[in-house]
Amino acid sequence: MSSATPPTPGTHDGSAALPEARGRLEQVLRAGNFAITTEIAPPDSANPQDVYDRAAVFQGFVDSMNATDGSGANCHMSSSAMCALLSRRGYETVMQISCRDRNRIAIQGDVLGASALGINNILCLTGDGVQAGDHPQAKPVFDLDSMSLLETITGLRDKHQFLSGRPLSQGPNVFLGAAENPFVPPFNLRAMRLAKKVAAGAQFIQTQYCFDLPRLRNFMHQCRDLGLLEKCFILPGVGPLASARAARWMRQNVPGVHIPDAIIERLDGAHDQKAEGRNICIEMIQALQEVEGVSGVHIMAHRQESSVPAIVQASGALSDRTPWAPEMETEPLASTATA
Amino acid sequence: MYSVRLWAARHPRIFEVAYNAFHPVLTRLQPVWKAMGEERSEKVVGKVEQLSKELLFDCKMCGQCILSSTGMSCSMNCPKSMRNGPCGGVMQNGHCEVKPEMRCVWLEAWEGSQKMRQSDLIQVVQTPVDHRLKGSSSWLREARRASQPQQEGRHE
Ligand code: SF4
Repeated sequence: MSSATPPTPGTHDGSAALPEARGRLEQVLRAGNFAITTEIAPPDSANPQDVYDRAAVFQGFVDSMNATDGSGANCHMSSSAMCALLSRRGYETVMQISCRDRNRIAIQGDVLGASALGINNILCLTGDGVQAGDHPQAKPVFDLDSMSLLETITGLRDKHQFLSGRPLSQGPNVFLGAAENPFVPPFNLRAMRLAKKVAAGAQFIQTQYCFDLPRLRNFMHQCRDLGLLEKCFILPGVGPLASARAARWMRQNVPGVHIPDAIIERLDGAHDQKAEGRNICIEMIQALQEVEGVSGVHIMAHRQESSVPAIVQASGALSDRTPWAPEMETEPLASTATA
Repeated sequence: MYSVRLWAARHPRIFEVAYNAFHPVLTRLQPVWKAMGEERSEKVVGKVEQLSKELLFDCKMCGQCILSSTGMSCSMNCPKSMRNGPCGGVMQNGHCEVKPEMRCVWLEAWEGSQKMRQSDLIQVVQTPVDHRLKGSSSWLREARRASQPQQEGRHE
């Protein structure tokens, strides 16, 4: 397939067409394609095979995978190790860094190490509070916040220096991302806060789950008015809800998740709630393709990872494009891409 | 005290005016602070600062006060020490994800900042906290800075 993105596994050199792009995700976005990223849940194990198995589910359907960093303040394999393992196989990954568990000394060291290991995308997060996870006894660090984390890594990359001012012989050449949640208060501050993140160095944005299109549209209008649409790529978060019960639980228990009543009622009324959850997700991806300034979607399908290929397929978001996958070097994925 | 803190963040203009009047006085007194020596001036001014700001803003004496950029809502009361705006976990009712009984300090900050003359200061990206300064007086630091205008730097 001619539109398949070229393989540049785990390297910084980008493609000939877009020499300034650091990896395939950045290439896809800069080329104006509708990008698909997804979340890959790190295993509770020390076995690399567990990581590869989880990645194989998505291959050929996503442009990049975000390896979460202790998401929900629960302990799992580290994001940097996941990304390092995956980029050796040629997968494009987004390493997530949360400010909750490490201070500025540890984080800067990790960023240099990650870049040396071939990781070229980093998402800067503040992180959930420790109370949300399985180790509520832990000391919350929060030495930096997502904003100062962005500035710190921008400094490493562009000024070639640590936060202390000490110089680096080579900076980490990374594409920097940040998160935003347009679905929680204060609504009128969210776009402005995004502007602040862009000023601090954010180049792409992945949002919290979008189940409320009007709120997203409102946010995107505000972003446009602030001139942000030309300065960063925005990928709203989407995901399939497993059932009305699961949706209620998430709304109640997962910080920052907003699910309107209409969605829950629709699930409640469905014969097959799981299928309905996927349909809602597919329709959302289709609707988002029409929203000005939306550059792609970030699919978070926790415990429903196997449904991601079908969702992507049904949404038509990839058009005739096949994101690169390791197997493509030996045999084309034509059969799965059209399945 | 939480109720006083809420009141203060809802009337930030009063404190903006008060501090703008107070700041030049502190700066003019810089020779006095210098003559007293750093330790003694820190003890006296720092104590007054601590008592008044603790009462009004639940101040944590981080030593690098940004109240005028945060609508007079002390961001050090955020359980995640956010210095640059609210996290993504604010509840739909505007309360904090970590301390559900408290309203998110950044909602107070945003609303407060809009009532202040320098309402756009909230848009400035704040550098990370310098943990060495905890417990020291921001007032004296500001007075020292203002009396040496040519000196540049991140926190001094
Ligand atoms: S909800 Fe507000 S106060 Fe609570 S942790 Fe987030 S930013 Fe801080």
